[in-house]
Formats: sequence, structure tokens, C-alpha cells
Amino acid sequence: MRLAELKDKLSLKSLNDVYDKDVEGAFVSDMVSDVMAGAKPASVWVTTQTHKNVVAAANLVDIAAVIVTRGRPVSDETLEMASRAELTILTTDLDTYSLVGKLHAAGV
Amino acid sequence: MSDEGQIMLRETFTVAGGDFSHAGRVSTTIKSMLKQIGFPSAVIRRTAIATYEAEMNVVVYADRADVTFEVTPKTIRVTLADQGQGIADLELAMQEGFSTATDEIREMGFGAGMGLPNIKRNADELEINSEVGVGTTVKITINAGE
Ligand SMILES: Nc1ncnc2c1ncn2[C@@H]1O[C@H](COP(=O)(O)OP(=O)(O)OP(=O)(O)O)[C@@H](O)[C@H]1O
Ligand SMILES: [Mg+2]
Repeated sequence: MRLAELKDKLSLKSLNDVYDKDVEGAFVSDMVSDVMAGAKPASVWVTTQTHKNVVAAANLVDIAAVIVTRGRPVSDETLEMASRAELTILTTDLDTYSLVGKLHAAGV
Repeated sequence: MSDEGQIMLRETFTVAGGDFSHAGRVSTTIKSMLKQIGFPSAVIRRTAIATYEAEMNVVVYADRADVTFEVTPKTIRVTLADQGQGIADLELAMQEGFSTATDEIREMGFGAGMGLPNIKRNADELEINSEVGVGTTVKITINAGE
């Protein structure tokens, strides 16, 4: 599925430009090394982590987009860094459990 | 046949301890250089992950490091020589889940105690030398042919 399609299907809000990519899976974690160890390329990274360090980490393992749950605010600094790296940051008001259920139902 | 001496590319970088704003920059640069050369994506990925974990350990635990990145036709080698507190018990540090990260560090998503095991898993060869109060040298070798 394409990222733009997933965003619409799950009513996700984008905090920067949507850099449309293929989405082939999802990985849930708030620990960066866990993502390094386990996230497959083209996954969406579901997290409550909003620190700017997520940007470099996400790009190093070819994450398709970061989805921040429970509507946590993301700083302009993080968003600027993400845009420079062409990484889409999406948010939802849902908690991680509910969002992952929806991702699953959408076929991710 | 040894390919020592046939260095195709050699770059040096520095990493500043505590500089979370630029953390990951060296590994990101190395990743794009390898992409440009045209290495297989699995090789690039393993190098990127191992380098990132070693770079983050410098940012979190050391004062500074000199990083050397060397590419030969057969190997990719990244050496991070830091000045800092060093590692007292390397065997313990290598164990998955062992971490001395503070709560502040954990809030940023680090301190799972998975960095060194991730380096070990992704590198074909790993050599770590450390002296308490002096620093740590991490030498990562990746075989370029997948
Ligand atoms: N360059 C270094 N200098 C000093 N101590 C280090 C260095 N690298 C690792 N350590 C020590 O080894 C421990 C384990 O490192 P490791 O990278 O496996 O986990 P972590 O950094 O604590 O957590 P994570 O990497 O999962 O975010 C660290 O908590 C730290 O005590
Ligand atoms: Mg670490």
C-alpha cells in the first residue's frame, strides 16, 4: 500500500509533507535500538517517541514514515529535520493499541 | 588474495559526545556514500546499523571520537576511537539488556542495552578495546560481498 493511501484510510494527520512511499509493514517501539534490530525496510514506525533522534534512526533503516500516537506534540525542530531528510511524520489521537488494530485491519 | 592497500575510499569524521542534535550524521553520511558506490542494500543496511549504534554510544557515553571509514573491494571498515570513560566490564556490556543509561537518556529512546549486540549481529568482525578513564575503540568490519 502507498503511504498516502494509508494516511487517508486511517485518517492520520501529516505534520510535514507526505513523501509517498510503499508501506510493507509496521514496527512498534519507543526504543531506538529495538527499531534498529527489528524493523524491516518500508515499515511504518509506530511510537510515542518524538525526539529529533528518531529522524536519523528511521532513515538509516529505511522506515517509510513515523506515526506518533496519542496526539503527542512534535517539535518544529524535529519536523524541520524530518523534512530535510524527506521523512513523513504522521500523528493520530488514537493510542498505540487502537492504531495497530486499524493498521492490521487495513492489511499492513 | 589480500586486498589491503587497495583502498578505494577513506574518510575521517569526528563525533562530539553529548551532541544529540547531530547524532547519526556520520552513519547517515557513510550510508549515502555506500549507496553511491553501489553496494548491495543488505551490506549497506548492516553497515548503517552497526555504525549508528557505535556513533550513538560515543554521543551518549564518551567525550569525543575520531571515526575512520575505509572501503576496499572486499571490506567496509569503520573504526571509532573515542576518548571517554571507557568500559569497565566489556563482557557485561555486550550482554543484551545491560545499560548504564540515565532516565534522561531513556526518555529519548536510548538505553535498551541493545546497541553493542546489534553491532555484533551486523558486523562480520568486531574488535573492541577499552581502557577505563581513557576511552574505547570499536572496529567494525563488514564483508562487502553480501
Ligand atoms: N563508547 C563507550 N564508552 C563508554 N561506555 C560505553 C560505550 N559504549 C557502550 N558503553 C557501555 O556499555 C553499555 C551497553 O551499551 P549498548 O550500546 O549495548 O547499550 P545502551 O547504549 O545502554 O542502550 P542502547 O544502545 O540500546 O540504546 C552502555 O550502557 C555503557 O555503559
Ligand atoms: Mg548503545
